[in-house]
Amino acid sequence: MIVVVVIAGLLMAAGAVGALWRIIRGPSALDRIIASDVLVATAMCAIGAEMAINRHTDTLPVLLGLALFGIVGSVSVARFLASRDDT
Amino acid sequence: MTGPLDLGFDFDLRDIVTAVLVLLSALMCFAAGVGLIRFPDVLSRLHAATKPQILGIVAIVADVAVTNPSVGTITLAVAIVFFQSLTAPVSAHMAGRAAYRTGHFRADTLVVDEFTPPPPAARGGR
Repeated sequence: MIVVVVIAGLLMAAGAVGALWRIIRGPSALDRIIASDVLVATAMCAIGAEMAINRHTDTLPVLLGLALFGIVGSVSVARFLASRDDT
Repeated sequence: MTGPLDLGFDFDLRDIVTAVLVLLSALMCFAAGVGLIRFPDVLSRLHAATKPQILGIVAIVADVAVTNPSVGTITLAVAIVFFQSLTAPVSAHMAGRAAYRTGHFRADTLVVDEFTPPPPAARGGR
């Protein structure tokens, strides 16, 4: 079981570092939004993994909150980046 | 034969399911990180972004629902998957449209560009 924790932790850390790298280097703001969305999704997966492994569901509402907030950020920034706003 | 399946450590089915689903979700997050680094332009990075958003979350929430099955957990798990799969396409659409409008994509890697009509010569076949 500890092997699963170590492998999953390393994989998620690498994914988060990749997203962070794209946030820092991203040429355009859109790259940064998408990378931050991936970072939020990775954080949600990490919280869920910790919940599944330790067999408790105390932080399940956190997942719900993150699921909603992660999207609001990217939608609002994408909304104001589009040059022609016909919405 | 010491036991039907004696691997030297004790495990039950839930451990296996937990391990498989957590590893699947971690793989999705890793693929997203690599995809974000490697893909050339914004539109293709959207592919990488949506992997953990949908498959990662579904795997993790299914995992949580399997390891401690109770009515409250399963309904909240369904709610999480519902909201995530409801809002992720919206944000991907908005980001894609903003990227297309502000030109953040490499036209040479596009196969079909439905927005700009092809030059008249190419229309001949239609």
